[in-house]
Amino acid sequence: MTAQAQAATATQASTQPAAGKVKVATIWLDGCSGCHMSFLDMDERLVELAEKIEIVFSPFVDAKTLPSQVDVGIIEGSISNEEDEHKARLFRDRCKLLVSLGDCAVNGNVPAMRNPFKLETVYERAYLENVNVNQQIPTDGVPALLKTVRPVHGVVDVDVFIPGCPPSADTIHTILSDLIEGRTPEPIKVTRFGA
Amino acid sequence: MPINAPPPSVRVVTLRIDGLDLSAREDETIIEVCRENKIPIPSLCWMDGLSVVGACRLCMVEVTGQNRLLAACATRVAEGMEVTTDSEKLRRYRRTLVELLFAERNHVCSVCVSNGHCELQWLAEACGVDHVRMPYRNAGYGVDSSHEMFRVDHNRCVLCTRCVRVCDEIEGAHTWDLMGRGSDCQVITDLARPWGESDTCTSCGKCVQVCPTGALVKQGTSVGEMVKDQHFLPILARRRSAR
Repeated sequence: MTAQAQAATATQASTQPAAGKVKVATIWLDGCSGCHMSFLDMDERLVELAEKIEIVFSPFVDAKTLPSQVDVGIIEGSISNEEDEHKARLFRDRCKLLVSLGDCAVNGNVPAMRNPFKLETVYERAYLENVNVNQQIPTDGVPALLKTVRPVHGVVDVDVFIPGCPPSADTIHTILSDLIEGRTPEPIKVTRFGA
Repeated sequence: MPINAPPPSVRVVTLRIDGLDLSAREDETIIEVCRENKIPIPSLCWMDGLSVVGACRLCMVEVTGQNRLLAACATRVAEGMEVTTDSEKLRRYRRTLVELLFAERNHVCSVCVSNGHCELQWLAEACGVDHVRMPYRNAGYGVDSSHEMFRVDHNRCVLCTRCVRVCDEIEGAHTWDLMGRGSDCQVITDLARPWGESDTCTSCGKCVQVCPTGALVKQGTSVGEMVKDQHFLPILARRRSAR
């Protein structure tokens, strides 16, 4: 099945009125949170959106665990460490429809600029060369970095891609509305790499 | 007096492109006729005023009676020719080509001086590239900022060779050329010496203006500030051919 067909099927499933509102989860992996800020930039449109969707897990809300069934999962940021990879897989397992939001999630973007360098070199540059005090490479309590940064679809299947750095509030609103209303979104008509 | 008036000996042919009946001079290529008639075909290496290399393959079209695709930039029109510029197959090929360009080098649009004014970005939009399906190569390429006015970032180069051709054919300096094969191929100045030390470069900046991406840019530009002006090229090219 093509990604678009998958998106259409999943969208239809996600808009079943059983639970009333469409359950949406968002997560911030290796990105700058700009995409989440852009989401908030929908301003007063958030009020009308809140009547149609319920945000069940997100940096925006207090919930600490991802529910077992979510309609739309939105991922900001690339897959840069083991924790990112684990969370992306968890989102894929529990979300009927998975959305890559922003250039980091879609193509790796700035986090992936370390990819041409060896991982040891990256660690040395960040934690030894440019540090005057307490030079050390952190190992305890932090997830290990992956050798290469990958876009989300490099790890799990993704249904909808929204490029942009960040995608504008209008773009997010258009595509989210399409998904809620059961239409197949066409992101490339409203945004592009680097937009 | 128009200096590009066709010599009287050139004949006119009629052909059909996407169902439209058109006439053209027999020495024209398919892409030239399409551009004149506002029929959109994506292209990258082709440029009005430069010689044809047919390198990017984005302008491939279907021609009735041919069992393979033809590059519209490198195929002359012919009497009775029937051309299709847009089909499911062509769209699929073009999208894949653009994705491969993104996967090959490091085009990080969000932090590029050409962001918003880039032909590769426009092509991605036009070809429906909302993500790249193949893995990125992640190979690092060099950046040469030794020239006092310009910079070359090989990470953003698509090897269209517009710079090589404009420098040779229009400026007459031939500072630019190609070195290496396959993924090692890159544009070089003189004999792969730093651009700033080039004996042949006249610092005219034509290469920067014709570069479709953020590979050749002016020094001192920040994200999205590099806007290119290519209007000079057809004018200079016609003057040169009229000499």
